[in-house]
Amino acid sequence: MATDTHRAIEAVWRIEAPRLIAGLSRLVRDVGVAEELAQDALVAALEQWPDGGVPSNPGAWLMTVAKRRAVDQIRRDETFRRKVEEVGRDLAESTPDIAASVAEDDGIGDDRLRLVFVACHPVLSTEARTALTLRLLGGLTTGEIARAFLVPETTVAQRIVRAKKTLAGAGVPFEVPQGAELAARLASVLEVVYLIFNEGYSATAGDDWMRPALCEDALRLGRVLARLAPREPEVHGLVALMEIQASRAAARTGPAGEPILLADQNRAHWDQLLIRRGLAALEWAEALNGQPGPYVLQAAIAACHARARRFTDTDWERIARLYERLAEAMPSPVVELNRAVALSMAFGPATGLALLDQLMAVPALRSYHLLPSVRGDFLVRLGRPAEARVEFERAASLTRNERERTLLLDRAAAL
Amino acid sequence: MRFLVITKATADSEAGVQPATEEFETAGKFIEEMVDAGVLLAAEGITPSAQGVRIYFDGDAKTVVDGPFTETKELIAGFFLVEMKSIEECVEWFKRYPAPRLSNGDSTNLEIRRVYGAEDFGDNMTAEQQQAVKERDAKGIW
Repeated sequence: MATDTHRAIEAVWRIEAPRLIAGLSRLVRDVGVAEELAQDALVAALEQWPDGGVPSNPGAWLMTVAKRRAVDQIRRDETFRRKVEEVGRDLAESTPDIAASVAEDDGIGDDRLRLVFVACHPVLSTEARTALTLRLLGGLTTGEIARAFLVPETTVAQRIVRAKKTLAGAGVPFEVPQGAELAARLASVLEVVYLIFNEGYSATAGDDWMRPALCEDALRLGRVLARLAPREPEVHGLVALMEIQASRAAARTGPAGEPILLADQNRAHWDQLLIRRGLAALEWAEALNGQPGPYVLQAAIAACHARARRFTDTDWERIARLYERLAEAMPSPVVELNRAVALSMAFGPATGLALLDQLMAVPALRSYHLLPSVRGDFLVRLGRPAEARVEFERAASLTRNERERTLLLDRAAAL
Repeated sequence: MRFLVITKATADSEAGVQPATEEFETAGKFIEEMVDAGVLLAAEGITPSAQGVRIYFDGDAKTVVDGPFTETKELIAGFFLVEMKSIEECVEWFKRYPAPRLSNGDSTNLEIRRVYGAEDFGDNMTAEQQQAVKERDAKGIW
């Protein structure tokens, strides 16, 4: 019975934590202190609910307890008092107002958006941003975050403590950045969400090749963001990209667990609900003004695949055009390489080869093994095996991955 | 994980009685909250069983029977498809569901059922296969 209550409390926490912490942050102007107050309220719930039962409005209960502690702390703690006074609050008079200001529902959405920007502040390391975002906005416990990233719980707890200190030390204000700063700060937020998604989609650590729970956490964060910042096309672009990628999760492996390439996936296993949601998010993003950013463009590319009922229906010309725009928005050799592949699918290997030859001349890409590897592919398709062999051998000498080296040398030998 | 939350038919819903404006509003608010929290995937209300059809399968025989159907409390009146971390989270959310007040003073219920997902299928990939997927994804081709 106690365990059931604990599970219920954890569930309530997940639902209420973002709102609770956001509201408290507005009150105390310090995300770290707000999180501690919310945590205290949670501890009180853990003590009281197993006997008294879960209250009918658990969110309000937690908020009341947390507010009471905030007020106590404000009264008690001189340093804290000065801090609050610094931001221009008259404590003597405002104590009753504090309760009122937190109770009002208006602006909670804005508070959560402020919280997002603080949790993803560039002053924090990527690990800290990820942990803090999942903790404050995803409502995950440190234990859950630790399990998701396969690190000890103490590590996550320390990361969060340090992150809160860093934020306080840097005096990061509890506000949504304005003007020119907004774009860069928003990019930082989206990066964190997409990083969480990718950690779930193609795990870089551990034995599981995919951790769907992390994908779901990221999707949830993305959907929340889209509601908080509905005028930002890149937010919808990221949501669209994640929805469409997640739609293929069930088709990425065969019955024996073997990985299946996009070309060979059974598209009947694609999740049509997620595809529809992804396409809708993309439409929303494209309806907003402005130059499409990297996420909108990547989502548009993913949408081309999602719309094709069979692999042979894929609109490669459109994909190639989108990669060209993506290369402008986000220059990267991987993007160029993908563009070359798309060009080869749309117009034949000779067109793809022409782009690759330009890339080969870029000094920075001289040791990039995928370049000769893809070039070898094109040359095979063009019926130039001798040149292809040279490319595969070159790629083999450049890769640091043993399995891939073997594969490339095998291909070279077979020509 | 995904859950299908099924709301049950009532004498009112089967009679096609539309919810009062204020009930519409509270239901709308509940849905908005779930959308804000990023957990709602789909939600629909379903017309009375009088407009429905059943197909009975008995061996090769197929019999089509028009509604209405009698066992009101077992019929469905609507559904939510949600993505939650646990069934407990789903329960906590739906304890907040504004259940309709029935004109005959009757009670109603809703049912939470987990949808099969990736977590139900054994991860029988070999380490090598997993590695292959990771490498493929790292290349970012497509």
